[in-house]
Amino acid sequence: MNARELREQFPILHQDINGHPLVYLDSAATSQKPRQVIEAITRYYEQDNSNVHRGVHTLGSRATDAYEGAREKVARFLNASSTKEIIFTRGTTTALNLVASSYARAVCEEGDEIVITPMEHHSNLIPWQQVAKATGAVLKYIPLQPDGTIRLEDVEQTITPRTKVVSVVYASNVLGVINPVKEIAAIAHRHGAVMVVDGAQSTPHMKVDVQALDCDFYALSGHKMCAPTGIGALYGKQSLLEQMEPIEFGGEMIDFVDWQDSTWKELPWKFEGGTPIIAGAVGLGAAIDFLEEIGLDAIHHHEEQLAAYAYDRLSEIDGVTIYGPREGRVGLVTFNLGDIHPHDVATVLDTHGIAVRAGHHCCQPLMRWLEVSSTARASFYLYNTEDDVERLVSSLLQTKEFFGHAIG
Amino acid sequence: MQLDDLYRRVIMDHYKNPRNRGTLSEEAVTVNLNNPTCGDRIQLQLELEEGIVKQARFTGEGCSISLSSASMMTDAVRGKTYDQAIEMAEKFSSLMKGEPVEFEEYEDLEALSGVNKFPARIKCATLAWNALRKGIDSKS
Repeated sequence: MNARELREQFPILHQDINGHPLVYLDSAATSQKPRQVIEAITRYYEQDNSNVHRGVHTLGSRATDAYEGAREKVARFLNASSTKEIIFTRGTTTALNLVASSYARAVCEEGDEIVITPMEHHSNLIPWQQVAKATGAVLKYIPLQPDGTIRLEDVEQTITPRTKVVSVVYASNVLGVINPVKEIAAIAHRHGAVMVVDGAQSTPHMKVDVQALDCDFYALSGHKMCAPTGIGALYGKQSLLEQMEPIEFGGEMIDFVDWQDSTWKELPWKFEGGTPIIAGAVGLGAAIDFLEEIGLDAIHHHEEQLAAYAYDRLSEIDGVTIYGPREGRVGLVTFNLGDIHPHDVATVLDTHGIAVRAGHHCCQPLMRWLEVSSTARASFYLYNTEDDVERLVSSLLQTKEFFGHAIG
Repeated sequence: MQLDDLYRRVIMDHYKNPRNRGTLSEEAVTVNLNNPTCGDRIQLQLELEEGIVKQARFTGEGCSISLSSASMMTDAVRGKTYDQAIEMAEKFSSLMKGEPVEFEEYEDLEALSGVNKFPARIKCATLAWNALRKGIDSKS
């Protein structure tokens, strides 16, 4: 793949910010959108917009086809065995909350265990805290190695026959590390627990096969993979989804409504109460087409190289601390520059047209584990190049000089 | 957008040599505030007696803007009546909105006027002042 050519398809990247050409290094927060995704959404609203699953008229059929067509694309993209296993959600957060509120609350009893890791994003942590509080289950953490990786021995030690749910992030949004979720799933299953995977940071960047991973649930966000905000998906094994109760009730999700009781539609619609995010699903489908044309393996390879390059170039700057291992990571580098606060770093970079994230990255417990209050993060995607890394490095050197003079 | 507009010498001086960094006795009014979007946090302690802010000290973690603002605030409000301190907090809010404001008695604060051009950083500058308001509110 050619990142320079791909950049041309992202209109937003071709602008100056604060007098400098934009260098967008915040794709782990949200990715930019290629023209074909933006056009697919526009085309939907200009030609096909209608409500789904109810119109007898032509537009209603077109909108339903577009929406359900997007579901087929997601199912194929993840290698799910059926479209019944794909629930459209607002994003990863909603997907994980659905598993926690519907599945986990029903199965967890006092003294049962929910196992997660210290590197979880708040969206894969707080839902489980809430389940633990409501059911009396215990929330346990698989300990991390000093470099932020997980050892399978520690997984074996943490998961017990009382464990009902194991939920782990596939790729960390801070450490960048890719976790062995397939192996963790096998251990979870051996103890009779279900395996939930937070795929927010993995799905945009690497080939995902939910059947090969043998995970029970897999959550993703569209907006991190070239689709619009407000659309995501939950994959769940059909047998589990069948036994789960909906958590949102209303239109679209019902079969028969009586005065005192109602029944639900079949999968996947029983979990999709209310008018869905139709244009978002269309955008997600277009984003999947876009990513598959490039090839997920090619994207992963490109980002791996870019992350290694950035890791090495940033390491050369005196005073830089990088968090997470050098190897086996997705395309992001989280760091600190001496004792200059990440806010100050990000502000200086912004004046040079470079967008990075600064803060706790929705991972407050992980920040405590790293013994920092916050960090800066540069995250890459298919449109980033080594030139972007060079702009970052040169700007960081200027930041150091600026603060060195100002402070020292 | 010029960096020097934001990081003025006086701000860097307060960042490097914070005034009133530390704690007061247990009787002091204590306010803990954080900025949930970035993880900055401040513990402000106020010695409030007979309607006067006798002393103000702070501890915490934050960027140059939030720490220098806390340093200035704790200096600026010392000896002020509650009303005067709240009035100063109001003036500081106006400063953050880009309105022309003068702090005759504590000119250092005017150095933070540049924050207005960096909207993402306004919350950093106002954290300490919000803690002050909370502390005085709890007393009056």
